[in-house]
Amino acid sequence: MIDKQIKKMVASYVGENAHFAAQMMSGELDVELTPQGTLAEKIRAGGAGIPAFYTATGYGTPVAEGKEVKAYDGRHYILEESIKGDFAIVKAWKADPYGNLIFRKTARNFNPLAATAGKITVVEVEEIVALGELDPDQIHTPGIYVNRVIQGTFEKTIEQRTTRPSATPSI
Amino acid sequence: MALSREQLAQRVAQELKDGYYVNLGIGIPTLVANYVPDGIEVMLQSENGLLGMGQFPTEDEIDADLINAGKQTVTMATGASIFDSAASFAMIRGGHVDLTVLGAFEVDVNGNIASYMIPGKLIKGMGGAMDLVAGADNIIVTMTHASKHGVSKLLANCTLPLTGKACIKKVLTDLAFIEIKDGKFHLLERAPRVSIEEIVKLTDGELEVPEHVPEMSF
Repeated sequence: MIDKQIKKMVASYVGENAHFAAQMMSGELDVELTPQGTLAEKIRAGGAGIPAFYTATGYGTPVAEGKEVKAYDGRHYILEESIKGDFAIVKAWKADPYGNLIFRKTARNFNPLAATAGKITVVEVEEIVALGELDPDQIHTPGIYVNRVIQGTFEKTIEQRTTRPSATPSI
Repeated sequence: MALSREQLAQRVAQELKDGYYVNLGIGIPTLVANYVPDGIEVMLQSENGLLGMGQFPTEDEIDADLINAGKQTVTMATGASIFDSAASFAMIRGGHVDLTVLGAFEVDVNGNIASYMIPGKLIKGMGGAMDLVAGADNIIVTMTHASKHGVSKLLANCTLPLTGKACIKKVLTDLAFIEIKDGKFHLLERAPRVSIEEIVKLTDGELEVPEHVPEMSF
């Protein structure tokens, strides 16, 4: 981003990224602001072979400009096209040698969706475990979607470190 | 007296019902979690993929992998569940969340809401707000009634880009609790010691004032 190698970005929220805002305002970066749920569904649909879908989100707003509108049961919906990528870059907690993945807590978010939508899906994990160590019932992303696994080293950063005093009893 | 941020949160909390699944936006809506009435249990939904958000962690409990939609570190309530973003927004868009509370820059008499962009000035993106207003039936908007310069935010027509069309039915401002129906604002309650004249003066869109307008009590 700093080297200005990104031409276009589809994102729902760009609030705290100064480089992003500056390049967007100067017109160097083409940004398509997309509602977060629509973005998630676009990626999910892309990975599932669904080219487009109707949603009520964004109807009557700037997001709907130039999009087909259809009414079902008296409500308006807009047609949103799905997203696929040449590469999907994903972060997971654990992987086994077949590429089966487990995510940890809210670090799951868009990762399992993105994993399905890349021609080549590259996953960085905290730990690669032996085959058979992951419980099949607990796998979030089956290995069929995964092409490369890299074990990374992590320093996890926190953007909004918010705490309560330790004297406060748990509810 | 105009309501404080805490009082706004307290008044919204009076609308909570036992067993509700609730999504709270960033800012004042987040404070609602501090005022859940006794004897009532609600489950907080955070659109990044957590149902059953708990309170903020102690220093010892901090987990970089456990945050809310505002990127704050949180904990999980007992009985919480975690899912991906598509599942999270399926809950929202499928109408499964009982109450959504969010902020806004403007609302109008037709239930339109503008909350995500001020052209040329503030471009942050809508995040999940467009999905929330399109998917929820029961929404409370919390906002200040007017700008610092006395410019009303309750309008005949929103002037900023819309977040959602014809989707808002209830607005709680620092001065009043207002319902939107039939193309008008309806004054339901006023903040303690705030006169009806002041509310009328600071409401740009058509405002229906009934004979008796109760004061909010805390």
